[in-house]
Amino acid sequence: MAKSWKDWEKPVLELDETIRKLQAIVDKETDPERKTELSERVQDYMRRRDAYLETRYSRLGPWEKVLIARAETRPYTLDYINALCEDFVELEGDRRFAADHAIVGGPALMDGRRVMVVGHQKGRNIQERSYRNFGMAKPEGYRKAIRLFEMAERFRMPVITFVDTPAADPGVESESRGISEAIAAAMLSMFELTVPTVSTVIGEGGSGGAIGIAVANHVMMQEHAVYSVIPPEGCAAILWRAAEKGAQAAAALQLTSDSALKFGLVEEVLPEPFGGAHRDPLEAAQTVGRAIMASLERQDKLSGAELKAERAARFRRMGAYAESAVAAVLAES
Amino acid sequence: MPFGKASSGVAPGAFLPCSNCRKTIFAAEFEANLRVCPYCGHHHRLTWQQRVDVVFDEGSFVELDTDLRSGDPLHFPDYAEKHAQAMQRTKMRDSVVSGRATLMGMPVSTAISDFHFMGGSMGSVAGEKITRAIERGAHEGIPAIIFCASGGARMQEGLLSLMQMAKTTAAVEACRSAGVPYIAVFTDPTMAGVLASYASIADVIVSEPRALIGFAGARVSKQAQVSKVPDDFQTAEFLLSHGMLDKIIERKNLRTNLASLCRLLGGHLAAVEATRG
Ligand SMILES: [Zn+2]
Repeated sequence: MAKSWKDWEKPVLELDETIRKLQAIVDKETDPERKTELSERVQDYMRRRDAYLETRYSRLGPWEKVLIARAETRPYTLDYINALCEDFVELEGDRRFAADHAIVGGPALMDGRRVMVVGHQKGRNIQERSYRNFGMAKPEGYRKAIRLFEMAERFRMPVITFVDTPAADPGVESESRGISEAIAAAMLSMFELTVPTVSTVIGEGGSGGAIGIAVANHVMMQEHAVYSVIPPEGCAAILWRAAEKGAQAAAALQLTSDSALKFGLVEEVLPEPFGGAHRDPLEAAQTVGRAIMASLERQDKLSGAELKAERAARFRRMGAYAESAVAAVLAES
Repeated sequence: MPFGKASSGVAPGAFLPCSNCRKTIFAAEFEANLRVCPYCGHHHRLTWQQRVDVVFDEGSFVELDTDLRSGDPLHFPDYAEKHAQAMQRTKMRDSVVSGRATLMGMPVSTAISDFHFMGGSMGSVAGEKITRAIERGAHEGIPAIIFCASGGARMQEGLLSLMQMAKTTAAVEACRSAGVPYIAVFTDPTMAGVLASYASIADVIVSEPRALIGFAGARVSKQAQVSKVPDDFQTAEFLLSHGMLDKIIERKNLRTNLASLCRLLGGHLAAVEATRG
């Protein structure tokens, strides 16, 4: 079982390094013939790297997707906001108890449109990770989100959310201040909206903490993102008393984007650049941005009441069950 | 086996130890006391039928949505077998029973989770039944009372189970818009995905004493914690003191308290008013 995305990206990282060094030599080379020759070698390395990435990433298993979704090089919410928004004013207050840096949000201008963006935010190094609490929001994060949803409703702004959290914060403090109520209230708040809503799972869609801000008319997942009712390690610990069987649990839980699409739980899977969003964050952001704008264009045609009804109906039909007296008899015989 | 572990099939003359305080209780006394230990006051878990008997008017409960059957959409390891065993053991079809009943004459819509069926976990069928029970309240203008007893979302149905959190929440939104009261009763245990969805956004939340209530498994919370964990952590009393609950009600008073709430909050509803005669 792979422990990190670097396990299979090692050849890529090595090739990247070789290409970088060789390119530096090319840049300094003055002899035109030698320069052409070296350039061709760079091209050759790049072809080999891309061929590896293409084959490797077209057959990523569920566990490998979990690792990619958690990769610290993967673009985070603020990377998407920076890439997609011309103007963004982060609003930090929950007006209740504290600032929560695991959820960020505020009004922004996206492709010339006023929108309210809200998303989980992770950190890349030790300091950042601790500041962002590993992307695990406390009640305050969800209460800030509710405040921003309500403001979006007042000022008629579409709500755009980015989902990327391992889970909501499970600590004693969070329990004391009602993490469960905060998540449920955030979902309720999204159901009340009469403005367009779009949610994108950009990394880890970790159970209740994720769906707390993912109650949208249009829900999308990036190709290598995961969305799950329970972390695979937690599932393995309960089922097999072995957290290290995370890979098996990831497969059983079917937490990948194609499964979510197959079950009708997301509307769209957004393709990622060669080798994952982290290989080309800008291209990844542009794909996400185009899909958001396309959905807003469709939702613009609906009235507020229709948007609210569509959102409720979207979740209302989710579930896998049979209902008929005949099926009932068969199941019990 | 002590009371509270396996609940049925105890002869009336038998006596067994309380699973909490280990004192010996006579079966007849235990039943008469609504399965609350006369010595330590421990509220032992009830089956859905026992809950119906404790709360609603005798013979008034009519089960609905009886033809809903769980699928195994993920072909999850051992799920089909576990589900079949639970059906056989409990004579239930899934972890929730829903229907209509009267409470001191007032019509109500209800759903009851039973922890004995796969830990009361919420998959597609449980989510659908709870949704329908709350929607029925909204549509018919009768109070909705949901009894929670669940370890959380059912992982064997994967993301479909997570979506039940949103689905049930949408039903609560509909109930609020309709101006119909929705009351959640927390019983031991009320956890995770159930607590973080329909359970926590009821108009009124009451709990039985000492019920285990929490978002994360206690083990996870304690692991995540550097400082000391309070003794009453994740109990009804802990939630009450932090303002997350409205009231702790002993089982023997549940019926009259729920009736008062329905009468007071639902007094504007035709069906409730008609019973004041
Ligand atoms: Zn006792």
